[in-house]
Amino acid sequence: MTTKTYQLETVTCPSCINKIEGMLKKTKGIEKSEVLFNSSRVRVSFEESTIESEEIKKKINQLGYKVLGEK
Amino acid sequence: MPNISKKRRLILASILMVASFLLHKIIGYEMITILVMITSTLVAGLPIFKKAIMALRYRIVGIDALVTIAVVGAMLIGEYWEAAAVTFLFMFGDYLESRTIEKTRSSIKSLLDLAPDTARVRRDGVEIDISPEEVVQGDYVIVKPGEKISVDGTILEGSAYINQSAITGESLPVNREIGETVFSGTIAESGYLIIRADKVGEDTTFARILEMVEEAQDKKANTQKFLEKFSRYYTPAIIVLAVILYLFTKDTVLALTLLVIACPGALVISAPVSIVAGIGNGAKHGVLVKGGEIMEKLGSIKVIAFDKTGTLTIGKPSVKNIKAYEIDENELIKIAAIGESYSEHPLARAILQKAEEKFGTISEMPEEMEITTGQGLQFKWKGKTYFIGNRKLFREQNIQIDMQEEYLQSEEEKGQTAVMVGDTERVLGIISIADIVREDTEKLISNLKSQGIKKMVMLTGDNTRAAKAISEELGLDAYYAELLPEDKVRVLGELQVKYSKIAMVGDGVNDAPALASADLGIAIGGAGTDIAMETADVVLMSAEVKKISYAIGLSRATVRNMKQNIYFALLVAALLLAGVLVKTVNLSFGMLIHELSVLLVIINAVRLIKYGEKEKLI
Repeated sequence: MTTKTYQLETVTCPSCINKIEGMLKKTKGIEKSEVLFNSSRVRVSFEESTIESEEIKKKINQLGYKVLGEK
Repeated sequence: MPNISKKRRLILASILMVASFLLHKIIGYEMITILVMITSTLVAGLPIFKKAIMALRYRIVGIDALVTIAVVGAMLIGEYWEAAAVTFLFMFGDYLESRTIEKTRSSIKSLLDLAPDTARVRRDGVEIDISPEEVVQGDYVIVKPGEKISVDGTILEGSAYINQSAITGESLPVNREIGETVFSGTIAESGYLIIRADKVGEDTTFARILEMVEEAQDKKANTQKFLEKFSRYYTPAIIVLAVILYLFTKDTVLALTLLVIACPGALVISAPVSIVAGIGNGAKHGVLVKGGEIMEKLGSIKVIAFDKTGTLTIGKPSVKNIKAYEIDENELIKIAAIGESYSEHPLARAILQKAEEKFGTISEMPEEMEITTGQGLQFKWKGKTYFIGNRKLFREQNIQIDMQEEYLQSEEEKGQTAVMVGDTERVLGIISIADIVREDTEKLISNLKSQGIKKMVMLTGDNTRAAKAISEELGLDAYYAELLPEDKVRVLGELQVKYSKIAMVGDGVNDAPALASADLGIAIGGAGTDIAMETADVVLMSAEVKKISYAIGLSRATVRNMKQNIYFALLVAALLLAGVLVKTVNLSFGMLIHELSVLLVIINAVRLIKYGEKEKLI
């Protein structure tokens, strides 16, 4: 299990939280996800054998939120 | 067209909205009017529709999807003006919200901007400019007047007035000289320094503070967790209601309007915006509150326990009185200083300092030395055994101290610690040591009392009489003396049973266990002491204890602000729902109220950024 934090463009709309968390929850291999609203970050715990970090980033991007960095 | 900037899109949509309004008023619902309205809807709505489709691919119904359905529905039943107005308001609201929400985060952002971006180091005799991440431990870093220090380090050459506001929140510069520590992120206002890098990059105090603040702003308050749960059920419930009502009444407008108000936006952000503004305000003034839950707890504390040494007092004891029996006073100090030369005890430092004043540096060392915690120490010098310590130590060695008791007591009643020095047969003398009470301690205690703190107690390892003297001087409610670090944890436990919520204030040097075991640990002088920063829930970067009352005030103001937001958001949600059901609220009006309420919640939170400035609490 790996935990990574992705820095997004400034998140400002209240419904972004539910949207991003909802999408990640439905993605296979992702155990836990949390949108850190104030710092505009997403913290994701996932099984590396099932899903790669790049894939997660792609999915968040597709939802309309640009991923600026990760750590 | 899809790729124009947000601002241009907004301007274009505004022009189209005005045009549709005028056309409608002047020529009525003609073909051209409808066309302009549809164009306006598309200009404002395209990004919303796109986002809705992206989310729907993951089977998520967000506010974008609801607005899209409402807009499409409105157009189908011929409500073109409503469709245009809803998309426009949604877009305009979103734009204003993102602009104002930035303000709630501005204090934290300005802190991040203080991070050093360049470092000048001397390697192989050459000065080079590199990025602070490239500096390695042991590098010689050169800092010129007006420059930012890029590492935590020790001054090797030079002295300077340093502005430490980035870390301690204090704007008055402090003088730092050779051998003293300086922090990354602070600014040398004058003077040229050569610093040895002790901690670099992410290990520096500044980097760790930033990390903690970043973490803290998203640690949720309990209220917030509840709200999130509430809104998770609210949206689907309203959607279901809309469907049911449509099926029974076939009232399309009513059903569509319900969709528009189904997302309680103001409620979702009511707590986080207040918390980020509150935590930001604290961080700017050198007070780190680690998250929303702590913010809620801090203001509700009723009982506070203080560590004495280093917290209520400055933690630098000095020798006040020397009484020598049979031997010379200077001889007594010399013997004591030799015995204490290896000791790290604060009282030892006082003795060594006194000896240094009298004779300069003492180079003689004890031949053997053994420390007994809670008692003192024994050592050998020139073949003779000596003892330095309290009554317990001397009683265990069967050395008579009855003759000294009266003097000991009178010294202790003055709030001093009396340390006896003796050989194997008798007491040679008594050295009285006392610490100075911090300047702002009295102010703190009176502030806390007026803030309604019910009980304030002191925990100390010091003797009972000294504890009593200081406790009475400051007007504390109780004191617990002669405690070892583990005793402090035990006493806290007892107090917790008696009073429930209790906060512990300490400097983190030897009270980290107590800070951790209290309901709320408050560390003072946190900058530079890693354990204190890690274990405490609230960290005062500087040693100004009076900021504790500011922190409590800030916490209460933040909670108050959060509650205002929540009640307001709940009220708006209820009124909107009622308004829609009795048909006084239509599509565009529903959207307008929704966006306005979100905006008002944010603006209310922005007020917190200025907390304490007018009242000069900081």
